[in-house]
This record gives sequence, C-alpha cells and structure tokens, in this order.
Amino acid sequence: MKIRTFRIGGIHPEENKLTHEVATQVAPLPKQAIFPLSQHIGAPAKPVVQKGDKVKVGTLIAEAGGFVSAPIYSSVSGTVLKVDTAIDATGYRKPAIYITVEGDEWEESIDRSEQLELVKDHPELTSEEIIERIKVAGVTGMGGAGFPTFIKLSPPPTAKAECVIINAVECEPYITADYRLMMEKSDEILVGLELLMKAAKVTRGYIGIETNKPKAIELLTGKCRDVFDGSDYCVEVVPLKQRYPQGGEKQLVDAVIRRQVPAPPAIPVSVGAIVQNVGTTYAVYEAVMKHKPLFERYTTVTGKLLSKPGNFLVRMGTPMQEMIDLCGGMPEGENKLLAGGPMMGKALTSTEVPVCKGTNSVTILSGSDAKRKEAQPCIRCAKCVSACPMGLEPYLLAKLSSFKDWERAEQEDIVSCIECGSCQFTCPAHRPLLDNIRMGKSTVMGIIKSRAK
Amino acid sequence: MNNKLIVSLSPHAHGSDSVERNMYGVIIALLPALLVSLFYFGIGSAIVCLTSVASCVLLEWAINKFVLGRKTCTICDGSAALTGLLLGMNLPSNLPIWIIVIGAVFAIGVAKMTFGGLGNNIFNPALVGRCVLLVAFPAQMTSWPMPGHFWQYTDAVTGATPLSVMKQAIQTGDASVLNSLPDAFSMLLGDYSLGGGAGTIGEICGLALLIGFVFMLWRGIITWHTPVSIIVTVFVISAIMHVVNPVYADPTTVILSGGLLLGAIFMATDYVTSPMTHKGQLIYGVCIGVLTIVIRNWGSYPEGMSFAILIMNAFTPLINNYVKPKRFGEEVKK
Amino acid sequence: MNPILLAVLVLGSIALIAAIVLFVCSKKFAVFEDPRIAQVNELLPGANCGGCGFAGCGAMAEALVKGADKGSIEGMNCPVGGSDVMGQVANVLGLAVANGDPQVAVIRCNGTCENRPKVAEYVGLHTCAAMHACGAGETACGYGCLGCGDCVAACQFDAISMNTETGLPEVNDDKCVACGACVKACPRHIIELRKKGPKNRRIFVSCVNKDKGAVSMKACKAACIGCGKCAKECQFEAITVENNLSYIDYTKCRLCRKCVAACPTKAIHAINFPAPKPVEGKEEQA
Repeated sequence: MKIRTFRIGGIHPEENKLTHEVATQVAPLPKQAIFPLSQHIGAPAKPVVQKGDKVKVGTLIAEAGGFVSAPIYSSVSGTVLKVDTAIDATGYRKPAIYITVEGDEWEESIDRSEQLELVKDHPELTSEEIIERIKVAGVTGMGGAGFPTFIKLSPPPTAKAECVIINAVECEPYITADYRLMMEKSDEILVGLELLMKAAKVTRGYIGIETNKPKAIELLTGKCRDVFDGSDYCVEVVPLKQRYPQGGEKQLVDAVIRRQVPAPPAIPVSVGAIVQNVGTTYAVYEAVMKHKPLFERYTTVTGKLLSKPGNFLVRMGTPMQEMIDLCGGMPEGENKLLAGGPMMGKALTSTEVPVCKGTNSVTILSGSDAKRKEAQPCIRCAKCVSACPMGLEPYLLAKLSSFKDWERAEQEDIVSCIECGSCQFTCPAHRPLLDNIRMGKSTVMGIIKSRAK
Repeated sequence: MNNKLIVSLSPHAHGSDSVERNMYGVIIALLPALLVSLFYFGIGSAIVCLTSVASCVLLEWAINKFVLGRKTCTICDGSAALTGLLLGMNLPSNLPIWIIVIGAVFAIGVAKMTFGGLGNNIFNPALVGRCVLLVAFPAQMTSWPMPGHFWQYTDAVTGATPLSVMKQAIQTGDASVLNSLPDAFSMLLGDYSLGGGAGTIGEICGLALLIGFVFMLWRGIITWHTPVSIIVTVFVISAIMHVVNPVYADPTTVILSGGLLLGAIFMATDYVTSPMTHKGQLIYGVCIGVLTIVIRNWGSYPEGMSFAILIMNAFTPLINNYVKPKRFGEEVKK
Repeated sequence: MNPILLAVLVLGSIALIAAIVLFVCSKKFAVFEDPRIAQVNELLPGANCGGCGFAGCGAMAEALVKGADKGSIEGMNCPVGGSDVMGQVANVLGLAVANGDPQVAVIRCNGTCENRPKVAEYVGLHTCAAMHACGAGETACGYGCLGCGDCVAACQFDAISMNTETGLPEVNDDKCVACGACVKACPRHIIELRKKGPKNRRIFVSCVNKDKGAVSMKACKAACIGCGKCAKECQFEAITVENNLSYIDYTKCRLCRKCVAACPTKAIHAINFPAPKPVEGKEEQA
C-alpha cells in the first residue's frame, strides 16, 4: 500500500529520537510551582487566588479571561506564595502565580482510579456535555500551539465537520512524548477519540502516525479494530511517510484526506477536518471521564550531551532546571535550551521557565548544534522553493521583508507561511530566511487587520 | 552554569547542505569529462583548464580585496573555481594563455563582480567569457585541435568539427556531406577518429557528461527539469526537421554534437541565472532548445547553445515574475 | 521623386501628426491642479522624509491646500522646515499657523554594557525587531535597548549613531529634526520625541522598565525602580509613577532638577546643564 504524505515540499531532518524506547517516568514534585497566566492562544487567564490561599492538586487558580481563553488549575498542593511576574516561554516576564509545594493532596472530585471508562457506559455524555467538561477542565492544544480545544470542537456555522484527525505524527526531531503516550495509554486515547468524535458529531476518525513508529502503528491498528469494528464509528490508523512538517495540521489534512486547506483565514474545519494532538486526546479522556483538569503532561527531556535523557509525566509549573537536573544536569560548554523541538521550538534565556500546557519537550542543543554558521549571499539555488510545504518562494519573501515591501509581500501570500523552518534548514548559504519572513508576516498581518477595522 | 545560554529564533537545526558542497560537487561532476578530454586532447586541456581556474580565482580575490575593499574572502566557496573550470571546458585546447586570461577578466570581472558578486549576476559568467572571446578572437576560437596529439598545445593539428560539417550541409543543401560524420555511438564515447576535429574540451565525450549529470542528480545539486527539457525540445524539433528535409542532421547527432550536452547539463543549470521554479525551468529549457536550433540552422555561427543560454538568462527574471509555484490550497476555490 | 526629399516629407508628416495628437491629448485629458499646490511645494524642503505624516512633500502640499480651503491648517507641521517654513506656507495660503515647540528624539535607556550585564548570547539576524521577537534579548531586562541599530538605519538625517562602548544609540541634537522615524523603528518604544527645551536643556527618566524594583535592579544598575521619590520632590506635578516606572511630563517640567538629585539609581538624566556648584552635605551631580 502506498504510504500517504503531503503533496508539496518537505525536508528530512535527522531524527535524533534518543528517548524512543525510554519508558515514561513520573517526575518528582518541584519545591515551587510557577503558573504563567498565558499558556494558551487567546486572552490570559485571570487569577482567582491570592497570597496565602491553600490549594490542592486540581484546584482552580485562574479562570478563563475571555471567550478564547482557558482556565488554569494547580498541579500541586500547597500555599500560594505570590501573584507576581515570571519569565515564560516567550522570553518575557509575564504575570504568573507562584505556589510553594506542600505534600500531594488532590481534589476529591478527581477520579484517580486506573479503571478504563468507556463512552457507552456513560449515557449522560451528550456532545454538549463533553464540550462543556473539556472547557471547564481547561484543555488546550498540547502539540505546542495551545488553542483552546472546546472552541475547535464547535466549528463556525459556515463550516461542517466531517471527521476528526488525531495528530500522532511527532515529526519534530528529538521529541518522543507522544510516541510513549501511544505505547502506554492506547486504550485511553481511543476512548478520547470516541469522545472527540461524539462531541464534533462525526462518525469518521483517523489517527496519523509516521512510519518511524512501527510499533505504535501496529498497536493502535489492532486496538482500533477491536474497539471500533462493528460500531457506528469508522476509524482508520493512517501510516504517513516520515517527512517534516507532516505534523503541521494543514499538511496532515492534505495527507490523510487529500484536501488542502486554503490560505488564512481558512482553517482545517473549512475542509471538514478537526485536528487534535494525541496528547490533547488523552487530556480529553482524563477531563471528561476522570474529572481531571489539565495540570500534568508527557514531556521529553532530551539532548545529545545529556547523561540521562528521558520521557516524563510532569506536573505543570515545574521549572525546567529541575527537569534538566533530573537528567544529569546542563552539559558543559555552550548550550541552547529549547522549549519544543529544534525546528519550531523557542530558545530560552533562563532555566527557571516552567513547564506549561504546550511544553512537549525540553531540548538541549550543545556545541556546534547550538550555533549558526555565517550567512553567505543568496545563490538562487531555489532549494527553499522546493522545500516550502506551502508552495511559497521563501527567498523572495525574505528579500521583500528585509526591504519592507509590504504590498508585494502580501501579493506573494506571505500570510500563508506556517513558520515551519524548512526553508532555513535547507538553505545552503545559511541565510536567516525565516527570521526575515516572520517579521514580514507579522507586519503584513497587522496591516491587514488595521485595514479591516 | 558558567556559560551563557545561546538564543536565536527557530529553526535551530540545519541540514548538511552548503554552498561549497554544491560548487565542489559540480566540479567533481565535470571531472570525468575533463579526464576523457585529457586522454584525447593531451596536455592542452590541462593547461587551458588550469589557467582558466587559476586566473578566475586570482581575479576574484584581487577584485574583492583591492577594488571592492571587502574584508571577507569568497574564493573558498568554490564558485570562482567552478566558473574557471566551466570557462575552460568551453574553449578549444589549443588556446593561448593570454587569451584565456582575457576571457577570465570578462567572466569574473565583468559578468560576475560588476553585478555584485555571487548570486547577483544576470548572465552566466563562463558563457559571457566564452562569447566575448568568440567574438573578439574568432580565428583562435574556431581552430579545433585533432585528438590524438598528446604533447602538442598551441601547435596542435586542427580539423573541422561535426558542427561545421552540419553547417556546410545546410549551406550547400547537400545532405551527403553528413555521411562523413561519426555514428552516434562513437560520438557518445568521444571517438572522433573517423570525423576529424572535435570541439571544445568539454564537448568531446557525451557519456562522461551524462555520468556527471547522474552524479549531480544523485547528490541533489540539480534537478532534471532544465537539462531534460532542453534535450527533449532539441530532439523533437530536429527530428521533425530531419524528416522534412534530410539536409538537417538526424536528432541523435544534433544532441551529441557541439556544446549541447555540456550546455544543457552544466551551463543552463547554473543556479544564479536559471528560473526558481520547476515549471519556469521547463519553459526556460524549451526556449533554449528552440533558440539553439534556430541559431545553429539559420544563424551564421555553427554553435548556438551559448548564445541561446545567454538570451534566456535575460528572460529569467521575467519568468520568475510570472511563473509562481503552485500554492498550497490553490485548487480549492471558495 | 528624390529619395531624400521623400524621406524628409514622410518623416516630417509623421512628426506633424504626432505633435497634433499630443497637443489634443494634453488639452483634452488635462488634469487641473491648483497652482497653489506647486507654490507650497516650492516652499517645502523637498526631503520627502515623511515626518509630517504624509507620503512626501507633494502630498503634504496637497493636504495643506485642502486644509486651507476648509479654513485651517491646524495640526499639520513640517518638522524639518520648522516654524519658518510653516510661516511662509501660511502667508502664501493667507492663514495663521500654530507654532509648535521644537522637539528632539530622546533615548530613554541607560542600560550600557557596564550597567546591564549579558545573560545570554544571541545569534541570527542582527536587527532589533528580530531580537525583540526572540525574547528579552541578551540581558535580563525585557524592556531595554537591544543595540542592533534599527533606529540608526531608519534615520535619514544621520542624526543618530550607535556608541559601540555603551551599546546604546546617541542622538545628535543639531541634526535631529524630530521626524519620528526612529521612534517608529524601535520595537520597544524606548525613543520618545520630547521638547528640546531652552538652551537645549531637558530632563527625562532614562528607563522604560515596568518590572518591579527588585527585578529591574537585578537586571540593570541604572533602572527606575518606581520608588516614587522623584514624584514626591516635584513641586510642579510633572512626574507620575505608574507600573513601577516614573515618567516626566515635558510640558509641565520646569527644569529645576530636584528629581535628578532625589533618584537613588540615577535613572533621571539632565542634559546640557552646567555642573551644579558643590554644596556642603549634598553629593555633586555629574
């Protein structure tokens, strides 16, 4: 059978999946947990606690700050130290809640049993009830972007959802958190998928997995057959060719159902697909079935020079320094600390940044990996054009952005750029293509927005 | 933690590709043809190519340092050496050194550095050098050494090339002249013992050039679009013309003669002067093919490839402007 | 016929026909332009810097004439030409013009390499916009100058340059025309257009850091900690402290320099003042 893939562009970075076969460990509790109020796309959450308040694991500490927002729950039990500012993954100081950790007491409403809950045993779970529970639990996209999940499940009236696609691709190098989640919690993930399909009122589901995870493909294909054969749902596990950025939602939709999402402001649901990360799916299961709000996640801590890289179940709010120490400490020499993978991750200036809802990996690049080579003039080889998965011309967009020609940049569809970095990865002259395009894209989007007013 | 953390914007990884890998890769791809040429033409090939490479590299260094006053030295990226080698491959092996140096001055000095150096030139530097020499020194540039005289350089015995024979056939209207040409297989291997002189250093062995082509495809240095579109266009048009009037040579002879393979594989695929999209490259290749046939058959020069490529170089910015890659989501009309 | 005569006749008639066509077109398709626009344009400096907010001197001339027809050219000012030029324009248009105080660009950051240690190393595109998008920069202050010179690149009057020792830009008072290009270029809004002041003297808070005092001090020795001592000293109610940052309103400031002495971190700067005479018991202000 021909392995499916997206139709335009793509690159093959080195996999470096150092922690592929490292079973997930539960990370120890931190001494102090820090909760930035903006861990998702949309308005920051508003704190509902103050200095001195006692909280348990699962207590609400910040409520949603608007429609496009999500609440934040404490991942630890203890006392609120202060509501102050902390450096978060953006690199800037933003409002955050500090909690001193005391013990590990959980809210009684959370079901901590290991028993697998099935949808058919819960007739009270209508589509609206499922979406409400997801909203209350503060589930947001766990693949890194952090879009509030309940909004994705309620498409606008102009679009009709036809299927749910689970993004288990994990195309970024180094990251293995989603893979370990699939190997260890496959039953729960399939229940989560059923919940998502029920919430979105669709009967078709797909799970997209790259071919570099054959065990996961085999495991999930077997389980899907057992769970969904003969039911109302039609679920297919789709092996996908190993290529970056297969995990980008537009590329995933193109590969799985052969439909290309048009330029922004169109979103995947405009062509009928709702895409959710596999980590989000697991969080949906826990939120709906176990009444467990989102406060912990599977995170990979990895790096070539780390002595003990691994996959961890981390309570959010744990400072990254503690995770790095758990894996043997920061290596000697020059290092780059990334929240995320090497292609789209964010470089951090401080190790005190806490693990948040979207932190799928803590990656440490060392030595020559941490540095960039000197840029040379553009040799017009057009390799960036071949690599771009959106069919754009990166060399041209970068040049127009650096010359501030916003009109022409808009004509050349700069807003369609998904900032995957394939162009800069490929460029033989080591030119900072994406650095320039990103600047241009944000300026042009600002211009378009002000035009609409 | 003693060292400061390094920060930058994403992506934080880079592939193994580099400008040097591409430039030196093309040079390696040219080596089979150069070796065959050494075998056939003798030390003349070595002297011409070495002189060309040395003068191009030296000129680039000198212009960078003394005329432009730049601090960084660009001669190590391989592009000057590549221009030098390509210029040399486009010259007959009995060309005197002083003419080669003049060619290098025009190739690097005029065609490349005046436009701003690597990446900014509009015309292929090696071809500009070759065409300037062709126009300025037509006698020396059209005296073709016979193969088999290893130790002779400027005093090599000369003879006619297949291209001049084909031109003669068209001008006299006598198709029987074409019978004196070697068969396609011999031309592929570079054995011109039956046919007299051969041509420039790079043209002689089609097989060696094709090996270079396959090497470059394998290394991902070029894609098939430009060379294949040129060769197929020339093949189809010359086949039609040959059937209509046998005065025009048969298509395999046309493809294997002159600088067509060298031009299609190495000169037209130059990064800086060719279009940036695959569709654009196909259009570019077809136009080059048509122009080559037109100049070869109806122009006064026997060889049309270099001029055809230079003319199409001028159209590359226009092609880049109007031919855009297919955007993601284009087919979905709202 | 004689070929020369024929050639002359043919070319001559072509020329005549072309001339007639051009004449008719110039009359029929003529666009009426108010002659005052050309007059005003003559008076304007012709630098097309955009400091007035219009696309160029031509566009401003049109806007001025339009404004004159409506009755006033209030709000339109050519910062390069200044009040001289605006006065002349007003004369030509038969109007009165409001006089603005001359302004100058002020860099509100004193985070020199000495005051503000580096905590990270940035590699990549060396522009302030890129570094700002990457994070707080190379120091622990997320509000301070990044030192890549976007402001220097934006200035068309050569009035701002980067001091390589301090890592901060410096404005040349004489060349600055307050066009505002550097203000727009700075991604952190550190540069502000303030009143030039009598004898070029002015006082401003050289910091835009809104973090709490302890945090900002840790990042930079010269930071404003929002203690409020300056506001207490000011008798003219010119100083407000908001979000841990002090700000001096230049319309109210009387240049008395009491706030300068009161500031514990020396974040308030007084420019072009003579050194104060040493007074017993008080520290000398540099």
